[in-house]
Amino acid sequence: MGRIVLDNVTKSFGNVQVIPPLDLTIDDGEFTVFVGPSGCGKSTLLRLIAGLEDVSSGQIRIDREDATNVPPAKRRLAMVFQSYALYPHMSVRKNIAFPLRMAGMDKAEIDKRVENAAAVLNLSDYLDRRPGQLSGGQRQRVAIGRAIVREPAAFLFDEPLSNLDAALRVGMRLEISELHERLKTTMIYVTHDQVEAMTMADKIVVLRAGHIEQVGSPLELYHTPRNTFVAGFIGSPKMNLIEGPEATRHGAHTIGIRPEHIAVSPTGGEWSGVVGVSEHLGSDTFLHIHETGLAETITVRAGGEVSFRHGDRVTLSPRADVIHKFDAQGLRQE
Amino acid sequence: MARAITSQRKALNTALAWGVGLLIFFPILWTILTSFKTEAQAISDPPVFLFFDWTLENYSVVQERSNYGRFLWNSIIIAGGSTILGIIIAVPAAWSMAFVPSKRTKDILLWMLSTKMLPAVGVLYPIYLIFIQLGLLDTKIGLVIVLMLINLPIIVWMLYTYFKEIPGEILEAARMDGATLREEILYVLTPMAVPGIASTLLLNIILAWNEAFWTLNLTAAKAAPLTAFIASYSSPEGLFYAKLSAASTMAIAPILILGWFSQKQLVRGLTFGAVK
Repeated sequence: MGRIVLDNVTKSFGNVQVIPPLDLTIDDGEFTVFVGPSGCGKSTLLRLIAGLEDVSSGQIRIDREDATNVPPAKRRLAMVFQSYALYPHMSVRKNIAFPLRMAGMDKAEIDKRVENAAAVLNLSDYLDRRPGQLSGGQRQRVAIGRAIVREPAAFLFDEPLSNLDAALRVGMRLEISELHERLKTTMIYVTHDQVEAMTMADKIVVLRAGHIEQVGSPLELYHTPRNTFVAGFIGSPKMNLIEGPEATRHGAHTIGIRPEHIAVSPTGGEWSGVVGVSEHLGSDTFLHIHETGLAETITVRAGGEVSFRHGDRVTLSPRADVIHKFDAQGLRQE
Repeated sequence: MARAITSQRKALNTALAWGVGLLIFFPILWTILTSFKTEAQAISDPPVFLFFDWTLENYSVVQERSNYGRFLWNSIIIAGGSTILGIIIAVPAAWSMAFVPSKRTKDILLWMLSTKMLPAVGVLYPIYLIFIQLGLLDTKIGLVIVLMLINLPIIVWMLYTYFKEIPGEILEAARMDGATLREEILYVLTPMAVPGIASTLLLNIILAWNEAFWTLNLTAAKAAPLTAFIASYSSPEGLFYAKLSAASTMAIAPILILGWFSQKQLVRGLTFGAVK
């Protein structure tokens, strides 16, 4: 079991309140991702759950029990750090066994569990090496191994993939998702990468300046962002946000339209503009259109085969059914 | 581009380094050589370097006149005791300064260091009086306490520097893995800081071994260490250079040998964290 409830939790460092009063429930078995720009308080929130930081007020409950003042060692949570935080003076085997040793488990059981974890994570051949002799991806797997052996109530991941190169990151992303499918244990995952959030999460918590901007499934956030911040943060490339007469025409202060919801054609569209930079990804082309009179740049996601050139005049046709409307406060209008 | 060093230049550098090294070592070498001369040769003009009649007479005279073993034992107890006591006190202090610093931590560290800038003689009088009051004069325990206090700022500073190099996340990981504070310090922090702790230990034994001001002023006969042993040969009635040299050689030999065998550890410890 691993149901985590934050009840009116706040955190201040000196006079600076980094987490204003916040409520959040993470259900048992759920993969929850905290996402937001740097400095939004997502790592602080995770460290509050872990017990590595004390809450300034409010309550944290793990499986109905008040854990607010329980030390991290006793919360039955396992954490994977961005820097891996392996013990450099211990072999991989001893690293993975460490939490079991601290729990006073007997040697035979420790060995069995370590071997199992190593087999699952493809680390069997490296058990007698030191962390310094492993690659970044292997180190990250050791850190995950150390977390899974003790069968915790929940896993906490603090930007675990940001030190890996892009190709490895995609691979590890899948491995962590598969691990979650297999273990069905609650996982809380902190990232600033909205692609990781979208691809891995059951539930995304979007944070800004310690506030929860929106909580929902990836597709809920994509289809019905509650405000302009979430609209701009979720989705890649970013949603185009347009203010002024065009927004007023739609009865809103700001309208949002995703790049994939705009068709581009040489003539006949609703808006017109001049092609700036085109980014060819093979499968897609991202066109940056200028001089539309709507916003500085309108980004359009077109097929991989389009061949507009820099300086071409084009017209744009937004899909009317997927235009998002926001009021002057940036909140979604229904 | 890496700077190319020609072999000629390398040879020159090597020669220069050896020159500086010999220059620093020369007084010690001269003392050792003098200890094997007769008193007449020791003060002969021009001085003789290697070609003299080697004799062990000075050593036997020194052995006869004073109990070297007792001085040596006192030195070992005082240097070893003050260092170990200092480390036991400094490890928790450095841990808290490195990993749970407060607003005042930097100030405390600097204040501790500032006590090293005070001329020792400035506090001789009060400490002397306190020692009389407490009956610590000419006792080993008294010297262990004083030398520990004198070197404590250095021990704390050194350990603090080594601990600072250890990423806090590793200790947090230990905490998440269920380690108590004691287990965290015992199984994670200490093994990772072993090179640092070892070099702190060595350096402080050397400092305490060589400390002369307090050991000379606070001891008479019972607790006198090797520094007092040397001093007893610089008598005002006339200097016996050869015997003084023999006494000095006997006093510095143990620490010189210790230093020689642990020089790698010392250098590594003192440059710890300089290169990542």
